[in-house]
Amino acid sequence: MKIKSFFKFLAAGCGCSFVVSCSTVKEYQKSRINDSEMTLANRKVEKTELSVESYREGSSGANGGKTGGGCGCN
Amino acid sequence: MKKICLTVVGMYFLFFHGFSQTHEQDSTAYKSKKLSLSEVSLVSSYYDQTADKSAVMGGDPGPKGIADVTDFANGLDIKFVGWDKQNRKNSLTAGLGIDYHTAASQAYVNYNGTAINYGTRIYPTLEWIRENESKGTTIGIGGYYSAEHNYYHSIGLNTSFSKKTHHNGEFGFKLTGYFDQIKMIYPSEFVVAPPAPKGTPDIRIDTLTTASGQVRYVQVDPSGNVVGSVPKTTIPSRPRDTYTASFSFSQVINTRLDASIQLDLVYQNGYLGLPFHRVYFNTPDSTYEKLPSTRVKLPIGLRINYFLGDNVILKGYYRFYVDSWGLNSQTASLEIPIKITAFFSLSPFYRFYLQNASRYFAPYKVHSVQDPYYTSNYALASFISHFFGMGFRMAPPKGIFVKSLNSMEIRYGHYTQNINLNANIISLNLNFK
Repeated sequence: MKIKSFFKFLAAGCGCSFVVSCSTVKEYQKSRINDSEMTLANRKVEKTELSVESYREGSSGANGGKTGGGCGCN
Repeated sequence: MKKICLTVVGMYFLFFHGFSQTHEQDSTAYKSKKLSLSEVSLVSSYYDQTADKSAVMGGDPGPKGIADVTDFANGLDIKFVGWDKQNRKNSLTAGLGIDYHTAASQAYVNYNGTAINYGTRIYPTLEWIRENESKGTTIGIGGYYSAEHNYYHSIGLNTSFSKKTHHNGEFGFKLTGYFDQIKMIYPSEFVVAPPAPKGTPDIRIDTLTTASGQVRYVQVDPSGNVVGSVPKTTIPSRPRDTYTASFSFSQVINTRLDASIQLDLVYQNGYLGLPFHRVYFNTPDSTYEKLPSTRVKLPIGLRINYFLGDNVILKGYYRFYVDSWGLNSQTASLEIPIKITAFFSLSPFYRFYLQNASRYFAPYKVHSVQDPYYTSNYALASFISHFFGMGFRMAPPKGIFVKSLNSMEIRYGHYTQNINLNANIISLNLNFK
């Protein structure tokens, strides 16, 4: 059941990606998109937080952090 | 600890001083063919945790199960950038991390709580990225090394590729491998001591397991007095490998909205538990953690950023996770950077995490000796966690104090799990350009 809902989520995500990939934004229209706060990734200041979460919680990955290696059994 | 603090303070002053010598940016050097220093980033964090039911004491809710932790983490990244003859941008980033921690539970690797309760971790990294702007492609390779008290080494290697689409999108693919060698440090009561010296029938051998990676054997007389020592023993090790394939796609949706989706496929094999994690059965017996030798993880994450009006940004993140140990979780977070001015912002954030336990987890004295696998590590239990706090970022065009200090960010957060774990974390990032 869990796996089923996971693949539903995956299919929905892929569907959204295809739909939105048709839109076009010109370079001169990207002043907001290129703002440093709009980065689609964790910032360096969050590095230790990601480590803590991966050690204290059983899950990891899909967030730019480590998925294994080193201390802990994650 | 004092040495590490002084080293970090020294590094900060060094970069303040070093970059303060550069008064004007030389625009003619912007596209130099050779690699030149582009950016230096320093991150320091302090983490303070109070908790109980430590994995070392098998989830014991009593005073021996104390799981208080402090951690002082420091990272330095130095980035060099250059362009080759084909006008491709090459970036080389060298990093060094040094962490110092204290962990109350680590002392209980020795049953009487006398093992060393601190440790240091050192981890250098190296990453090279080549960006071809005309083709919209980026390739990269990286290496990582780490050593700590409970493993001999962890070696990481990665390679990545990304390609921009004609519609403001970007596909990314990354392969990562971590190759660890775990020290088999067992709780002291499970270490088999060598026989007593011949001709000394009254002398027995006791074991002393220290969490710093030493097993010491001592000679004890009938009254319990230590009368001699036995030469140090090398601790055996077991491998643990982690392979990750990451797929990502990001897309600019309109002038205010962009999003990305990331899927990781993770396969681990080898020794996936930690040998000093005790397990107490529902009988008088006890042992140490036993977990399967393989694990497959499947996390998928979605990020959406929206620029609301002129000063507010909404940053949402959702992740669904499932693995072959029966553990699943959902993570949702929202961060709202508010631009007080063009170069100064405040970012309150909140993260919610819900986890359902692994089928191999059971609390203190609940596992049966017939169970094929067992752990009482609460990282694999069912729980809910909340993480909230505030970030503060400034990046004025003329720098902070000195022109080269390009940006500064301070972030504080309070983390709590509903299994009696509370923590505070504060981080500082200084970026020099």
